[in-house]
Amino acid sequence: MSNESKKEIRNSVLTRLSEAIQQSEPQHEETLGERLAKAGVTRRSFMKYCAGMASIMAIPASMVPKLAEAALLAPLTSVVYLSFQECTGCLESLVNVFPNTQYKTNSIENILLTALSLDYSETLMAPSGTQAELSRAQAIAKKNYVLVVDGAIPDDKAGAGFFIQSGKTGLQQLKAAATNAAAVVSVGTCASFGGLPAAKGPADLINPGNLRGVSPTRAISIKAALKSFGGTYATKPVINVSGCPPIAEVIAGTLVYWILNKKAPSLDSNLRPKMFYGETVHDECYRKEFLEHGQFVRSFDDAGARAGHCLLMMGCKGPTTHNACTTLKWNQGIGFPMEAGHGCLGCSEPDFWDKKSIDAQGIVGVGFYNHLDPATVDD
Amino acid sequence: MATNIVIDPVTRIEGHLRIEAELDTDGKTVKNAYSSSTMARGIEIIMKGRDPRDACHISQRICGVCTVVHGLTSVRAVEDALGVKVPENAELIRNLMIGAQYVHDHVMHFYHLHALDWVDVVSALGADSLATAKLAKSNNPAYYATQSEAALKITFDGVKAKLQNLIDRGQLGLFANGYWGHPEYKLPAAGNLLAVAHYLDALGWAREVVKLHTIFGGKDPHPNLVVGGVPCAVSSNYNNQASEDLGGTSLNKVNMAKVTALITKMKNFVDQVYVPDTILVAGFYTTKGVKGQTGYYEGWEKRGGTGWNYLCYGEFPENGIRDLDSLLIPQGVLQGNGSPNLSITPLDMENPKEIQEYVARSWYSYLGVTGGNTAALHPSVGQTNLNYAGRGGPAPGAGYTLSRDTTKGYSWIKSPRWWNKPMEVGPLAHVVMMYAKAKLIPVTDAEKAHAQARDLVDAVWTGLLGLPITDIDSTLGRIAARTIETKVIADAMSRWHTSLLKNISAGKLATFVTDADAVNQNTNLNPAFKWTDPLTWKSKNGALLPVGVGFTEAPRGALGHWVTIDEKGKIKNYQCIVASQWNAGPRDAANVPGPYEKSLEGHTLAIPTQPLEILRTIHSFDPCIGCAVHVTGANGEELIKVNVTTTLR
Repeated sequence: MSNESKKEIRNSVLTRLSEAIQQSEPQHEETLGERLAKAGVTRRSFMKYCAGMASIMAIPASMVPKLAEAALLAPLTSVVYLSFQECTGCLESLVNVFPNTQYKTNSIENILLTALSLDYSETLMAPSGTQAELSRAQAIAKKNYVLVVDGAIPDDKAGAGFFIQSGKTGLQQLKAAATNAAAVVSVGTCASFGGLPAAKGPADLINPGNLRGVSPTRAISIKAALKSFGGTYATKPVINVSGCPPIAEVIAGTLVYWILNKKAPSLDSNLRPKMFYGETVHDECYRKEFLEHGQFVRSFDDAGARAGHCLLMMGCKGPTTHNACTTLKWNQGIGFPMEAGHGCLGCSEPDFWDKKSIDAQGIVGVGFYNHLDPATVDD
Repeated sequence: MATNIVIDPVTRIEGHLRIEAELDTDGKTVKNAYSSSTMARGIEIIMKGRDPRDACHISQRICGVCTVVHGLTSVRAVEDALGVKVPENAELIRNLMIGAQYVHDHVMHFYHLHALDWVDVVSALGADSLATAKLAKSNNPAYYATQSEAALKITFDGVKAKLQNLIDRGQLGLFANGYWGHPEYKLPAAGNLLAVAHYLDALGWAREVVKLHTIFGGKDPHPNLVVGGVPCAVSSNYNNQASEDLGGTSLNKVNMAKVTALITKMKNFVDQVYVPDTILVAGFYTTKGVKGQTGYYEGWEKRGGTGWNYLCYGEFPENGIRDLDSLLIPQGVLQGNGSPNLSITPLDMENPKEIQEYVARSWYSYLGVTGGNTAALHPSVGQTNLNYAGRGGPAPGAGYTLSRDTTKGYSWIKSPRWWNKPMEVGPLAHVVMMYAKAKLIPVTDAEKAHAQARDLVDAVWTGLLGLPITDIDSTLGRIAARTIETKVIADAMSRWHTSLLKNISAGKLATFVTDADAVNQNTNLNPAFKWTDPLTWKSKNGALLPVGVGFTEAPRGALGHWVTIDEKGKIKNYQCIVASQWNAGPRDAANVPGPYEKSLEGHTLAIPTQPLEILRTIHSFDPCIGCAVHVTGANGEELIKVNVTTTLR
């Protein structure tokens, strides 16, 4: 399908979905299908829309009818968003998919996000304290909501105290919220893999030779925490949407996939959706051409830097980093780190804070400006 | 026994915060308040032993909201240790990035984090759409210039329908269980509906604004910054976009045109929506009537002050961060000790007695220090020994109360003090400082900005709201100051961008300090200094680099990082004192409350089980608790133990 026809489908369905959301009669447990019907969106045009979505998400065309049927019949999905050891960067990123109503730049993700019910998010919700706890209790008493989590979870052995909210530790809160969840979406590298809280500090300050020890708060990923609970928690579907933060459309796209399909998309070995994490950022980087010609940036602002040469020797981890930065790009397709002159930090990969590469002395160690071995990189 | 109101979690903030308020015997007036942070990560210990060039990437993740400023403070701390000044273009780009962060954060704070304390969403449903359209045309005429009243009526009908839909489905989502109908909500229905419409508009606007960070830093949140300048060089194909065939970077003509448009978009939203909306909302929350008589309403210019003690490190340099006269937000301290005072005292970040931290009421221990846990330490000799259980941290469980025992702690935040005094930092401090600094005849750009801030205070606070400057130390003053500084900064952004474009067309392209320039600038630096090899990061005589001190003035206030680099070119020590730590910190050894705590004393709660008044004042500080608690390590570990003199260039 051409980009033009994709755009056309997007726009026509967007307008009608937008109307659907504004005009539909209120009703409990309303399905997306009912909403669309009320807005005069035909089944045929909805199928066309789904085909467009499917092509964006690299879903086989044969699956589209099934997806569409499932979406039309499903009740609106409730989302519970919990935050643990995090920095709010993931939610800041996600908020970037909301539409600009004044300028009518509705995004496709937003339309479906408006069609789901965000029932708990401490950063955005109106109530605090007792009333916030009530909202949480109400939300997690329901069934089949999607539990979105950002942040890692710290150790809660007696006297640890690294996360206690309303008298409960992070692990206790996660367990309670996961019980009735249909799936858990770990947003960001902290939730997916432990991220910065799980990065290693020096274990032994008396003997500085032993530099890299353990996470100061013994932080673990959401998947590891669920595993530690055992039973049905260990087998609960988990989708990792990694990145520091993840791209807005990747978070939204993963949620949209769940709404349409009520199951996880195809995942890689790190539980990340292949549709977004199937390729490395190097694969589609415009600077790859220069690697092929052996043209490298050697210092920020040198002639190579201005000419957009390959950032491999400045520490770019693009060749080993799976993400959609160079395909979807950032902030509505404006750009990505290498375009703005900085190497990829590798932020969507497990343990990226402690990954080893080669420093200026040829010694292998931790550091974002250490470089990968050029011999191991495909050009 | 006193009633203890507990708010845990405090929502619509960054991070995890618990507020306890003890009510007086009348059962409705706050006698004492306690501010406690309940989450820790251990970022400073993670810093140790790492590459100082990596510190900015790590410190950025202290907070995804304050993402630019933490990165930049770190970069400036390392640059201070190296003794280098970045090229003008790098400074301009950094100013543009912090400026965009200010405008983005302040607008989002007003509409998405704070508005629901003042705007009754359920009341908006009862609004007459035509009346709202008329209000919109009079309150925001430029914003709605092209839309007729009739067209606007349809727009507001749509917003109402959207809300009605949520309510009827029983899916209020984020709006469920709010304090709707609380008697402290004073806006008329049309005002509530207009604010809800702008809540939605601001969401869409915000995602446009952050594109500036993507152009210069590659992504947002967490755009890239770099020690020595900015990563983004001026494109060799300046007239074309970067591509596979042409190469180049995102710093090109097409993107600079986008930045021009983005700055216009920022300024327009601030001028046409944020400023008039602040004035509209504030007008309903000022004092009405006469005290002691029926119908008296005590306004929010009379509540929530902290006593006129303000501190700023300063921000937006135009001639290097060490030229304090060039700073748009001035550096200094105002010590009113309870009453207005506009005489600025200079600040010395080096003096070991000026800025100090207490752990008397925090979950840390001081070891081997005279006075033990009642001592106060300068960050250059600071310690962070985490001790939750040993310092009175409550065991998990229902219904606990934070320790009131003055020998025990109740927060993960330490208490910074300036000459033993708590200081309020943030927009109110910025604006009062600019007001105090403003000259009758401004000459430099910084002086003109100070005068603009003063004139805006006079026009908005004194003029339109009819309030005396003496009342600006208040919850409402904090809100007005945030709006006023947003306008001053948004206006300055155009100037910085114009200067950048002028430099580029004049062929002045440098965005990064070269190794040779670094050695030329700092005659004490190792002549063999190479940016790419931190093993060469030494003084000329082979000694270690001095402790690096970096500061910014973040949207939430004064932010400082201290870094020590060892003989291997790795981080030996890293220490931060951040904005929300100044404001949200607990009591000190003399049991003097921090600004959050002080500001709540005397608040009268109309409905103690719905402590809306407490939220209004706490939110007026724009809490950023992830920032405030960055300093932790594993139990008993001593994180910071340095004994050096900081050198501030």
